Amino acid sequence: MKTDPAAPLAESKPRRRGFLGVAAAGMAGVALAPGIRLIEIAQAATVSAGASPKVRWGMLIDTTRCAEGCTDCVDACNTENGIAPATRSTDPQWIRKIEIKEVKTGRSASVPVMCQHCAEPPCVDVCPTGASFKRADGIVLVDRHSCIGCRYCVMACPYKARSFVHEPLADQKPDVPRGKGCVESCTLCVHRIDRGDKTTACAEACAKAGHGAIVFGDLNDPASEISQRIRAATSTQLRADLHLDPGVRYQGL
Amino acid sequence: MTNPRCAFDASPSRGRRQRTGRAGSAASAWVLATILLPAYAGEGRTPLPVLEAATAGTQCVEPADVMRRNHMRFLKHQRDDTVRAGVRGAKYSLRACVDCHASQKTASVAKVETNFCVSCHSYAAVRIDCFECHSSRPQAVAQQASK
Amino acid sequence: MRPAFERLEQRIFYLLVAAGGLLTLLGLGAAHWMEEYGHIVTGMDNQVVWGLPHVFAIFMIVAASGVLNVASIGSVFGQPAYKTRAPLSGLLSLTLLAGGLMVLMLDLGRPERVIVAATHYNATSVFAWNVLLYSGMFTIVAIYLWTMFERRFNHHAKAAGVAVLVWRFVLTTGTGSIFAFLVARQAYQSAVLAPLFIVLSFGWGLAVFLIVQSSMLAWNGRRLDDAVQRRLARLLGVFVAAALYFVAVYHMTNLYFSRQGAFEAFILRDGGVFPQLFWFGYVALGSLVPLGLLFQPRIGARGMLVASALVVLGAFAWLFVFIIGGQSFPLEIFPGYQVHSSFGDGAIARYVPRWPEWLLGLGGVGAAFVLTTVGVRVLDFLPRDDVAAPAPAAKG
Repeated sequence: MKTDPAAPLAESKPRRRGFLGVAAAGMAGVALAPGIRLIEIAQAATVSAGASPKVRWGMLIDTTRCAEGCTDCVDACNTENGIAPATRSTDPQWIRKIEIKEVKTGRSASVPVMCQHCAEPPCVDVCPTGASFKRADGIVLVDRHSCIGCRYCVMACPYKARSFVHEPLADQKPDVPRGKGCVESCTLCVHRIDRGDKTTACAEACAKAGHGAIVFGDLNDPASEISQRIRAATSTQLRADLHLDPGVRYQGL
Repeated sequence: MTNPRCAFDASPSRGRRQRTGRAGSAASAWVLATILLPAYAGEGRTPLPVLEAATAGTQCVEPADVMRRNHMRFLKHQRDDTVRAGVRGAKYSLRACVDCHASQKTASVAKVETNFCVSCHSYAAVRIDCFECHSSRPQAVAQQASK
Repeated sequence: MRPAFERLEQRIFYLLVAAGGLLTLLGLGAAHWMEEYGHIVTGMDNQVVWGLPHVFAIFMIVAASGVLNVASIGSVFGQPAYKTRAPLSGLLSLTLLAGGLMVLMLDLGRPERVIVAATHYNATSVFAWNVLLYSGMFTIVAIYLWTMFERRFNHHAKAAGVAVLVWRFVLTTGTGSIFAFLVARQAYQSAVLAPLFIVLSFGWGLAVFLIVQSSMLAWNGRRLDDAVQRRLARLLGVFVAAALYFVAVYHMTNLYFSRQGAFEAFILRDGGVFPQLFWFGYVALGSLVPLGLLFQPRIGARGMLVASALVVLGAFAWLFVFIIGGQSFPLEIFPGYQVHSSFGDGAIARYVPRWPEWLLGLGGVGAAFVLTTVGVRVLDFLPRDDVAAPAPAAKG
């Protein structure tokens, strides 16, 4: 049967136009639809910018304001991070009070010691998987996804800041994941810092109790309280001879 | 010049091929049985996954079939952004998943075998260790418990 | 006569493999227990984080490197008496390394994450370098064994031997550097630890080799040629003396520094079990007595075996003092101050190994034993000193 080449075209023109019209409408609908939500998507929070290298978080601890036997900072840290109070040598301790007494002079002091968040952390150098790392804003952390629990960082730390989790844990704080077989240490309350809180749990508790021994702030900001205080009065770093440049400074030692 | 010794001289067969003896046949039969038997025994032991509904009035950040295939990839990439770069509140936040998918009865995604994450993972026999460290309870409940 | 001996050898073989296999299984069971319940079941805590398993593992890894000395003297320096021993030394290296690494990896807090260690490398970490060095060691020694067994490749044995020599020097330096790079601890932070470990590896490796060789010869009804025996004994004596020298230099330097005085007093005099192990275990039993035995004008097979066994015991004693003593002594965070806290600051840590740690360490030894026994049975590793005398083709 001979078909007129022009005839099928003429016949299908309205059909094709119609199809194109429907397709265009459909595409427009698909393009617009994501903007129209009948049901709210579960999570519509804003995404934070992340850690900034312009900032260097640090702490200043005035031990002249620390009383022997006072453990407000330790208790606050335990509550904030979901750590059980320590009773055995296998229990993790992120911050502890060390009572020191100078042998020659007899002068004593009470010093809270935690991870010093060094600028040149030996724990970061030795970690085989890179789980121990320094964040852009100076906080030294353990990435528990990569930690294999070799404890080399515990051997390397001069301040005994790191603890190893010796038994299974339950009821962790949602903000502070921690578990058996990994190594952990003070995080400078990174979960609070990242959501905008201006201070750590230990500093806040010390201030609330009226001692005011711990100050937290940005060491890179000359106008911050911590920068002003360390400019005004002498402060020292623990084991400064090791040249690790810790972010935690002490007064009264 | 001596004839160099064959390296296998010390072994009983001196490196020459042997036919399986009675002991060998018995051993092979035993190994095969050990491997194949569990496939036939105990069918229907593992309960099928129970898909508990998430919080009412919400929608997942990705369609279900996308999530089913890719949730591990999303979470793995997101965790590096969160831990290393400090990015919080991003699309694939684990905490947001838990907040939504926690069971109404147990207030957890991993407490009982019918809870959301554990249900599919125990059926698929893929062990997850997320909740050895991460809390499996939604934020509000965990905060209540700590008070 | 021969068929009866072969039947006996067969039974002994299965008995040995069963014994070694049982030990290995117990070790694996202990590792599972530790993984299930956490390190709380061991004697380790937050002060002594590396315990008895590390003592076993580091001994085996260091000995694995040193046992290749015999092969190096044969292949690289061309001494014929050592050439016939090179294959056995290669096998022992592989099996000791396997056993040591098994203990090390099973002692991890998260042993299931070994794959993470194999895929994520921190360029500044000695541990990360070691992962590559140890895996490479297996490959290189395997190739070396192949050049020795495969007739066509025999002329490559020297090149392979040199490669193995260089690799194991780097590897043992890496093992020593694990400790040498720790600036925090008074027991470590010393550059002499790298060469010290190299020299220790020579002695420990040769001692293990001699123990295995004498057992193999005894079970095959052979005797070691007197000249070769004297040579090997003297060599072990030289290595033991050299190691003693390095240990002496390490301690003498420490004693010279005032800031190290308290630590040295702890290790050498006041530390209880540590000075005892050091002086009686390592210096007396592990070094001086073997030196006396080995440099006798005429040393018998039994004397050499006893000397080798004492060297191994001395090695364990020294490693216990080095690894655990180094951790037991508290960190000096406040020099010049007396300190105490809830975290054990300022206090000597007490460490008593518990049974999972013993089983895990011995399990590694068992694994090396099983691998060696099977290897020796399947391939021809027996050192023969009578290759010069040709036997006309009498085999059927």
